[in-house]
Amino acid sequence: MVIAAPQTVDVDVNAVIDKLKEKFPEAVKNDTRQGYKGVIVDKSKLVEVATSIRDEFGFDYLSSATGVDYLGIADEMEMVYHAYRTTGGPALVFKAQTPRDNPEIPSLIDVWPGVDFQEREVWDLYGIRFPGHPNLQRILLWEGFNGHPMRKDWKEAYFEEDHKPFESRWPAGHVHRIEEKNAYGHNVMYPADLDLSRLTDTSEESLYNSLGLGVDVQDLTGEGGIKTDRLVVNLGPHHPSTHGVFRMVVTLDGETIETLDPVMGYLHRNHEKIGERNSFLQNMPFTDRLDYISSMSNNLGYALAVEQLLALGARYQPPTYRAEVIRVLMAELTRIVNHLWSLGFLLNDLGAFFTPMLYANNEREKILDFFEATAGSRLMCNYMRFGGVFKDIPERIHSVVNMVNDKVRDYNTMDYLTEMINERLPRFMDEYERLLVNNEILKTRTVGVGVLPADRAIAYSTCGPLLRGSGVAYDIRRSDPYSIYPELDFDIPVGQNGDIYDRFMVRVYEIRESLRILKQILPRLERTKGEEVVSKFNYLGRVPIGESYGRVENPKGELGYYVVSAGDEKGPQNPWRYHIRAPSFINLTALGPMSKGYKVADVVTILGSIDIVLGETDR
Amino acid sequence: MTMYGQGILRGLTITLRHLVRTYFNDMRYMGKKYFNQSEFELRQGMKTEGIYTVQYPEEKIAVPERFRFTPFLVVEDADHPERPGEDWCTSCGICAKVCPPQCIWIVRGEDPVTKRPIPEPQAFYIDIDICMNCGYCAEFCPFDAIKMDHDYEMASYDRTTAHIHDKEKLSKPFSYWLNIAPTTANEEAEARGSWEHSDTVKSKKKAGVPSVAYTPTTDPSQVMQMIRATMPEPAPAAEAAPTAERSAAAVAQAGPSAEDALKAERLRKRQEALARKLSKEAGSQ
Ligand code: SF4
Ligand code: SF4
Repeated sequence: MVIAAPQTVDVDVNAVIDKLKEKFPEAVKNDTRQGYKGVIVDKSKLVEVATSIRDEFGFDYLSSATGVDYLGIADEMEMVYHAYRTTGGPALVFKAQTPRDNPEIPSLIDVWPGVDFQEREVWDLYGIRFPGHPNLQRILLWEGFNGHPMRKDWKEAYFEEDHKPFESRWPAGHVHRIEEKNAYGHNVMYPADLDLSRLTDTSEESLYNSLGLGVDVQDLTGEGGIKTDRLVVNLGPHHPSTHGVFRMVVTLDGETIETLDPVMGYLHRNHEKIGERNSFLQNMPFTDRLDYISSMSNNLGYALAVEQLLALGARYQPPTYRAEVIRVLMAELTRIVNHLWSLGFLLNDLGAFFTPMLYANNEREKILDFFEATAGSRLMCNYMRFGGVFKDIPERIHSVVNMVNDKVRDYNTMDYLTEMINERLPRFMDEYERLLVNNEILKTRTVGVGVLPADRAIAYSTCGPLLRGSGVAYDIRRSDPYSIYPELDFDIPVGQNGDIYDRFMVRVYEIRESLRILKQILPRLERTKGEEVVSKFNYLGRVPIGESYGRVENPKGELGYYVVSAGDEKGPQNPWRYHIRAPSFINLTALGPMSKGYKVADVVTILGSIDIVLGETDR
Repeated sequence: MTMYGQGILRGLTITLRHLVRTYFNDMRYMGKKYFNQSEFELRQGMKTEGIYTVQYPEEKIAVPERFRFTPFLVVEDADHPERPGEDWCTSCGICAKVCPPQCIWIVRGEDPVTKRPIPEPQAFYIDIDICMNCGYCAEFCPFDAIKMDHDYEMASYDRTTAHIHDKEKLSKPFSYWLNIAPTTANEEAEARGSWEHSDTVKSKKKAGVPSVAYTPTTDPSQVMQMIRATMPEPAPAAEAAPTAERSAAAVAQAGPSAEDALKAERLRKRQEALARKLSKEAGSQ
């Protein structure tokens, strides 16, 4: 285990853009739209420019690739890419545009293999084709789905109005239950020749075809002339080891994995479309439901993205120092909550059923008690606001006798936090490490299994403990810092071998580092007592025109929000584009390559070591 | 050179210790946690050891004051001297607008004669199936009229009839709010500067009548006492009983009698509904 030194963050993106324009005078031009950043690249030169961005300018890490539909504004579709250097620094944003009818943009999969799932998602939701992509299939919806739902002219079932608040709620509130509207009525688009009574799904067939399998079982002659069968095994979607409704289609040669294809989307609810109907503020509680283990830091990422936009306007009050302190307190506690959860479940996946899990959960409950007393909820915290937080931390964690409680609790919040951070959690971590880190069974099952080398980890755009376990010291809190992290003293743990054990250890050390941060937070909390933390943002507040990309180091990896405000002059505002760069989703790109050659029992552990949550993967 | 299996053995001693500690703790707390307040607090706090299970539904985790489940509407208590059972909600519509899943429906109150909006909702519905428990309605209501409830035991066998809450079901007296969230209720009263509704404060000010200034308390009956103490001498005219119950401001600006009669009618209906509800609740317990 290596503890990495803090990184440098000095990158002059404008100088890079100038050089890029010099090199490709016709293909690259500045994005001059109001509030936009970066460059627009001619799509015919996109692969060439991208290669140069990666190789010559050193932006080796493609964080996010997503589409936007500018129907009614420019009548174009756009791909937006955010590239970073793994040594730290701000983003180089570049875009490629394509007409709305027959949209097509060359695939960047040869430059950054990490765009694989993201391009499939854009094809699925926007219908932009990516020539050069080897397996351009729908990823979140099923193959037979009609239309591309993120397009601005696509209306969902139960469509009411273009944006909230809906007219029918007030002043004449006609209450109805949503099922009273016919789901197969006129507001759902189906192809004219579709017979709803015999709705069939062709996903299976095309899935197996993409794996190169005509039949399910084939005879193979393995090493030493032993005849083995090639077998297709479906792990999931309803298998406890998949941590949710997630499915892996694996082809086995004996016990050894040949290929692995993740199948997802079972929990897809088109979160982003919902988000584009919502007002800016209304999205906040929805972000809780992404990675529902770490709702506090989901909130933070979204707040940062919108605050970037608000900062473009005149009347924006940034969060006070105390608000920032509380945000970091919550984010780091969330990291501990998440890692306790994932360490516990990794042991479950190994067969150490529920003992380590419950020990970890016991501590997690204590933190959730604090969340509940502060934000009102244990999981769906909905705590951050633009320019502040919902409310200051309460003086006492206090319950009263009422119809559901006959027993009450009453603790001083600062004492509670101090004891938890200074004593209880460190004591627990000592014990937990003694319990696990030298356990021979754990080591045999994890050391050297599921290896992901550093260069592949970067190429696949992986993030979080998965990336750092492979030895890349990339942590947004250091390499593209936000909030008050620059003034805090902490290190970035990284692994050396990129195997499951390293990821496990990175999480253990990250809990330690979080505790170190929290110890620095406590005196700051005392010092800033009484400072205002509640945001002044109006419930239908206006957000200036522009784009922003807010990213935080979530426990599971980089969580990014790409938000575009088109600045509707009249009426309430809603985001024109609201995209989530979900760490769980993109980390799964590496699952297939990582599993190749290992035994089928290891797959479950490899998946567990990525630490996915399906609320975020499927969105 | 360490022996293979040492790590496992060391781990097992920890599991053993947890096991033993859990039993010892259970024995130590046996019975006590049900009767002894401080033991219960200890058991659910930072100092507890071993693994423990909360035996729901016999035993429940105490929910903190800010806990939010579904919203309810604040109405005046039935024994309020001036406006018993009246809504705090002014049907301004802000909660319906801010609600992220749009599960609030409000029919704005309308004066039957002049057709002008009046500050009380005619109907108020919340679809509890859709409510995402975000708490925005309570956070953004400018009149402290909608609050998040602590009652999370709402499971029912029939969601088609049970899960759209109407005004009757949503309404809970102010004393209930002061009971479940004394700290927050005090903060809000302090911000309003009074224990009374901000509109009452305003109209009383206009009429030159003092309203109840904020004094910290967590006891609803004390609030009632304070309100009674500031009331003017009982009105001498006994025959205008419903009118006398109205606030002093309403008396000061008493309109045409037809309007008064309608208001009195509405008030009577509301009180009846409240009485029905209270008796129903009393019956079910
Ligand atoms: S915001 Fe408050 S006063 Fe306005 S309608 Fe809602 S509950 Fe009534
Ligand atoms: S809690 Fe949230 S979802 Fe529920 S009614 Fe209030 S605003 Fe709507």
